[in-house]
Amino acid sequence: MNFSEIKEALTAKFGEVIIVNSVDNAPQPYLIVSTERLADIGSFLHRDERLFFDHLACVTGIDNGAETGTMEVVYNFYSIPYGHGLMLKVLLVRNKEDEPLPAVPTLSHIWRTADWHEREVFDLVGIHFEGHADLRRILLPADWEGHPLRRDYTVQEVYHGIRVRYEDRDVPTSDDV
Amino acid sequence: MERIKTGDGGIILTSSEDLMNWARLSSLWPMGFGIACCAIEMMATYASHYDLERFGIFPRPSPRQSDVMIVAGTVTFKMADRLRRLYEQMPEPRYVISMGSCSNCGGPYWEHGYHVVKGVDRIVPVDVYVPGCPPRPEALIGGFMKLQDKIRKEHPLAPKMLLEMEAEAQANEVPFSSETHNTDKVVA
Repeated sequence: MNFSEIKEALTAKFGEVIIVNSVDNAPQPYLIVSTERLADIGSFLHRDERLFFDHLACVTGIDNGAETGTMEVVYNFYSIPYGHGLMLKVLLVRNKEDEPLPAVPTLSHIWRTADWHEREVFDLVGIHFEGHADLRRILLPADWEGHPLRRDYTVQEVYHGIRVRYEDRDVPTSDDV
Repeated sequence: MERIKTGDGGIILTSSEDLMNWARLSSLWPMGFGIACCAIEMMATYASHYDLERFGIFPRPSPRQSDVMIVAGTVTFKMADRLRRLYEQMPEPRYVISMGSCSNCGGPYWEHGYHVVKGVDRIVPVDVYVPGCPPRPEALIGGFMKLQDKIRKEHPLAPKMLLEMEAEAQANEVPFSSETHNTDKVVA
């Protein structure tokens, strides 16, 4: 199935409302879908016999910065028996300081790959995945502060008594103070 | 009558300190421990082409049996606590060779690598720094030879406390005796 056929199958099942935006003539066409229905869309993509997206190739988190005020999560699906692919996006409102992290429904109960991918997005970009069974940091230490791939990220001064920045080489560590 | 030196006598005269240092530096046991790509070069140095065993250098599977820790690779903050613990588990006297740019100073991650410790000397004391990215096996062997030089010049048997007290007395230009080291008098 090609992109427009997959799009038709989705609108036939869920109606036009779930598609926020559709970019058809990009080198890799994609759909922006409504965040609330993402888990339903996911299980349809996985179970429908015409689509059969058995492989979730990648989950990507993007921070568009405080000025734009949005964040994105990008999903790349692939059907191994049919050889067709699909790119889905969800757009989120970026949280300000003191606000909870933007939330997306998890897909980890449909594709096991989503488990670690979502943990990575949570760790580095700071997006919460609702319903994820084990949403811990996956790469950074559990007590790390902040999400490094955010545009406004500034690294913490000290971690466990070690100065983090290169410039602070000769500054005494917190143990000495 | 002149005696000819044949070398058959079976007697070598040396100081116990030199003998002990020679024994220690001829049998450095590093901890079998590698973190990143430098570890590949380290393994190559252990292997048949470079054969570290000819220096008596032979990796041990436990920090408790090791004399040297080769920090071969990028030390992340997540690794920092583990690395410090491994170092603390090694018996003294213990040495650290920092191998490669990452472990020397953060390497290519010095500016934007939020996750990398900018030099392992921020966690443990380093004896020898081996530059390179990664250093060639020859460079690591060079680092070991520097460490051997360092051990050769050490005084493990010297009565450290006594020497320090003597040096202190000399610095204060007072003759060394037990009386001058009465702490009440020094304060007064």
